[in-house]
Amino acid sequence: MNLKKVLVLILAFTMMIGAVACGKNETAAGDANAATGENKAVELTGTISIDGSSTVFPIAEAIAEEFMKENKSVKITVGFSGTGGGFEKFFAGETIMSNASRHIKDKEIAKAKEAGVEYIELSVAYDGLSVLVNPANTWVDYLTVDELKKIWAPDSTVKTWKDVRAEWPAEEIKLYAPGTDSGTFDYFTEAINGKSGAIRPDFTASEDDNVLVQGIAGDKNSLGFFGFAYYMENKDKLKIVKIDGGKGPVEPTFETIENGTYSPLSRPMFVYVNKKALAERPEVKAYVEYMLTVGKELVPEVGYVKLPEAQYKEELNKLK
Amino acid sequence: MSINTTNMKSRKLKSQIFYAIILICTLTTIAVLAALLISVFSKSIGWLNWNFLSSLPSRFPAKSGIKAGILGTLWVIGLTAIISFPLGIGAAIYLEEYSKKGWLKELIQINISNLAGVPSIIYGMLGLAVFVRQWGFGRSILSGALTMTILILPVLIVAAQEAIRSVPSSMRHGSYALGATQWQTITGVVLPYASSGILTGTILAIARAIGETAPMIMVGAAAFISFVPGGIMDSFTTIPLQIYSWTGKPQAEFQNVAAAGIVVLLAVLLLINSIAIILRNKYQDRVKS
Repeated sequence: MNLKKVLVLILAFTMMIGAVACGKNETAAGDANAATGENKAVELTGTISIDGSSTVFPIAEAIAEEFMKENKSVKITVGFSGTGGGFEKFFAGETIMSNASRHIKDKEIAKAKEAGVEYIELSVAYDGLSVLVNPANTWVDYLTVDELKKIWAPDSTVKTWKDVRAEWPAEEIKLYAPGTDSGTFDYFTEAINGKSGAIRPDFTASEDDNVLVQGIAGDKNSLGFFGFAYYMENKDKLKIVKIDGGKGPVEPTFETIENGTYSPLSRPMFVYVNKKALAERPEVKAYVEYMLTVGKELVPEVGYVKLPEAQYKEELNKLK
Repeated sequence: MSINTTNMKSRKLKSQIFYAIILICTLTTIAVLAALLISVFSKSIGWLNWNFLSSLPSRFPAKSGIKAGILGTLWVIGLTAIISFPLGIGAAIYLEEYSKKGWLKELIQINISNLAGVPSIIYGMLGLAVFVRQWGFGRSILSGALTMTILILPVLIVAAQEAIRSVPSSMRHGSYALGATQWQTITGVVLPYASSGILTGTILAIARAIGETAPMIMVGAAAFISFVPGGIMDSFTTIPLQIYSWTGKPQAEFQNVAAAGIVVLLAVLLLINSIAIILRNKYQDRVKS
């Protein structure tokens, strides 16, 4: 008897929440209709679900936020289950766009075929993988790609700085890197060690780049790498290392990443779009076009590097 | 005589040392909690305002809000409570009152206890495979709530069992002696008596569910969402997911936004718990009278 009352109360409580949420939702939709009615002939509706790389997430979030202001009846969700995890959902048809901080792998292409999902690949921005040391580290001025490989290779024997260059101190290097699930990790290992995922086992890994920032900022002998955006926001705590890819040491900046002189560690960011959804759903097409025209201006704001203008045009052509 | 007094003294001293030790234990716990709360609250000052409570997520720290998270959490937790409460209590009643002692009961019991220790991400994977894909519920509130239900069921069942077990058998015997059937005894005597224990277990289980992030990411809760949920089949986000997303942002201001989110999470937790505690106290009074 009393138990019934508890259940009724819980039920009532949830229904109350539901009612409040529904009420709010309706008024929001009403406002949207009024607002968009003025400047848009055909109102776009529907749900666009996006998932994938956490590195690309800030870009997708910024674009979704701005797009939503103009198209209030389009519902957008952006998740960050990682490049690989995002593809899983993309092939299962749960998302219609997937963010990726690397190219789709052969294994994944096979899965897409199996699932019957056709897609197009669009580049949306560049990121400069930045190599960082502690500001108290006075000796490292630049590193060559070979030296990076010497440090990070799976069979690396490097223990101290002295093992990298003879004139550096014999103090133990502490290594920090993104976790193995991230596209950043995949890209770095492929660019430096020649094989995606090949790396020495003894480093501190974290999926959260802020943890890497804290680790490197707190340890004089640390060395690590992560996305450019995290360096930009923590410039005072970290020292960036110039990278010599064969043409002299280059520091990653917006310019050097865009014009490609910061090599081989600048990498493109991709968005994979479901072809069928793009062809059949006007809101998806509108969103993708928005991303490559207005949306691209938001890229530097969130700490990434824009592609050259010509390339955005090229990407737009892929939609036709 | 003299031996006796020294013995007395040393025993008193031991007692005092022990007292000091447990006092230090308690104070350490409180100090850690206080340090955490102070750091969170001080960071959230200036960020926790109406704008924060009524806005959707944004890439600008100052414009970012938790409205979608609060509503998402309430939807998921409310639905979880509705589904898990009858299931959990039903299972506990069956195991304690109906099932006969034997290998089957032992097996079920061991499995339930083991399930309580399974990492939450495993439940997330199960939820993704079964509710999202096989049953076709998609990345919805329903999928999230069902995943949360199986996540907290073991805790709920074990707590409810303990509560039912604590009902003195003399009360059951009294009820039978008056001619009541087994069902009448359960609903009229056992459950009212056990209700406070069951509700305490529910509080703990719900508290666990509110803070979960990993299984929610697995079943596809979104980190950025441009709308608030309007039904159980809608996409959603939850407060812990928003906090997780904010702590991972490069901009330092987002750490303050995350702190404000944590304060909101604590408030929601406190609100839901206090409802359960009020219910529990009501029951206790009734049973006593």
